[in-house]
Amino acid sequence: MRSETQNLNHLKQGDCTVNLTVNGEQKILQVQPWVSLLDGLRDHLNLTGTKKGCDHGQCGACTIICDDKRILSCLTLAVMKNGSEITTVEGIAHGNELHPIQQAFIDHDAFQCGYCTPGQLCSAIGLIKEGKAQTREEVKELMSGNLCRCGANIGIIDAIMEVKAGGGHE
Amino acid sequence: MKPFKFSAVNNPAEAITLINKNTDAAFLGGGTNLLDLMKEHVALPNEIIDIGNLSLKEIKATASGISLGALAKNTETANHPLIRKNFPVLSKAILAGASAQIRNMATNGGNLLQRTRCSYFYDIAMPCNKRNPGSGCAALEGFNRMHAIFGWTRDCVAVYPSDMAIALSALNASVKVLSSERERIIPFRDFHILPGAHPEKDNSLQHGELITAIEVPKNDFAEHSAYVKIRDRNSYAFALVSVAAGLTLNGNTIQTASIAMGGVAHKPWRALNAEAYLKDKAATAANFAKAAEAEMALAQPLAHNKFKIEMGKKALINALETAFKGNI
Repeated sequence: MRSETQNLNHLKQGDCTVNLTVNGEQKILQVQPWVSLLDGLRDHLNLTGTKKGCDHGQCGACTIICDDKRILSCLTLAVMKNGSEITTVEGIAHGNELHPIQQAFIDHDAFQCGYCTPGQLCSAIGLIKEGKAQTREEVKELMSGNLCRCGANIGIIDAIMEVKAGGGHE
Repeated sequence: MKPFKFSAVNNPAEAITLINKNTDAAFLGGGTNLLDLMKEHVALPNEIIDIGNLSLKEIKATASGISLGALAKNTETANHPLIRKNFPVLSKAILAGASAQIRNMATNGGNLLQRTRCSYFYDIAMPCNKRNPGSGCAALEGFNRMHAIFGWTRDCVAVYPSDMAIALSALNASVKVLSSERERIIPFRDFHILPGAHPEKDNSLQHGELITAIEVPKNDFAEHSAYVKIRDRNSYAFALVSVAAGLTLNGNTIQTASIAMGGVAHKPWRALNAEAYLKDKAATAANFAKAAEAEMALAQPLAHNKFKIEMGKKALINALETAFKGNI
């Protein structure tokens, strides 16, 4: 993908400058307007933790947190988010200390292949912050935008319920 | 995605001036449908005007009801205390659509403008009069399980996908639109259109017009309203059939019923026959069933969607019973 971008040199004059705070660091992206936020993060900032699943908003693998809201980075253009604050899976731990939801995913066997996991983690953090889901059924409903084809969903919901019960970690 | 020129605007006048200069330009709101269509080369604008910075995000009470800013997000709208209290059917319909992430991105105006999910519309190798006028309708003789049972033509059998709009239809909302010449208010029944001879058009919005707000009048059925959605899986799927219903009651007598259906037509389908049947009738299971029969008797199913007739009846009855009980 990167080489394809570099071959479009004749379009360079159409590049846009996008200022982002990503995982607490100031970043400046120089991208064509049609570059998705997902490709911007992965191919331009080398933050490959965020995954490209379907690239059509159907799987949730690309979920990130943008200005405190969980969104799909594949259906967002990087240029739409100039000035935004973004958290990806790379930014959720505190140094070597895992985020409580990361530890809970390990404890509850909440993944197998791991491909959907970065999106699941960011989505779960967004869900807990929103505070709308109280019951297990509500958590299931509000996590339905994140598919897991390994079928680890029961573990994922268990992990979220545990962190929720632990007092609303962020 | 095909390359395009990009600009972000700061006020509605600037947005309208820019789009009037280019008939191939498109406004970008939340992007959840348009960007997907652009990736599939179904939508091919050569210029994108990002309206995300416009201050059309307010949700506020008005003398006649409530005004929903065109750029307020679906999540914020569904969870707004005034919507939950006075327009619960709208809140429920929004939350029945898409996923939490998409609702965080999608705008109210954009929700109304989302395009059909007909798989032939999305597949650029197939004929489709909506995507490529005059090329034919592949769904008419194709796999049309998801398609229309009301109001279709041989040119287009697609259904309109929004849940939010089904509630807005039952709520008699209207759409406030701004252009360089004027501001106009489009009643909801006139906003979305049946395919007729021009299935490439989904609605009566013209190029150069910008939705600024959705106005929802007060109603007296907040406590007796319901949204019922039937789909292939429990969450994050488009409706096979959905029903938004509100009952204005005098004791057990229905003064008026407001009913709209989703998943059955090219636009939110106002169930006028069911409404007419229920007027001044007792709210009984028998009358609900007769009203459902009256509406679904008009259905014209395609080869693979006859099931929607029975499903539609059951969804209507379920929505009416739920609204009557008042346990939304």
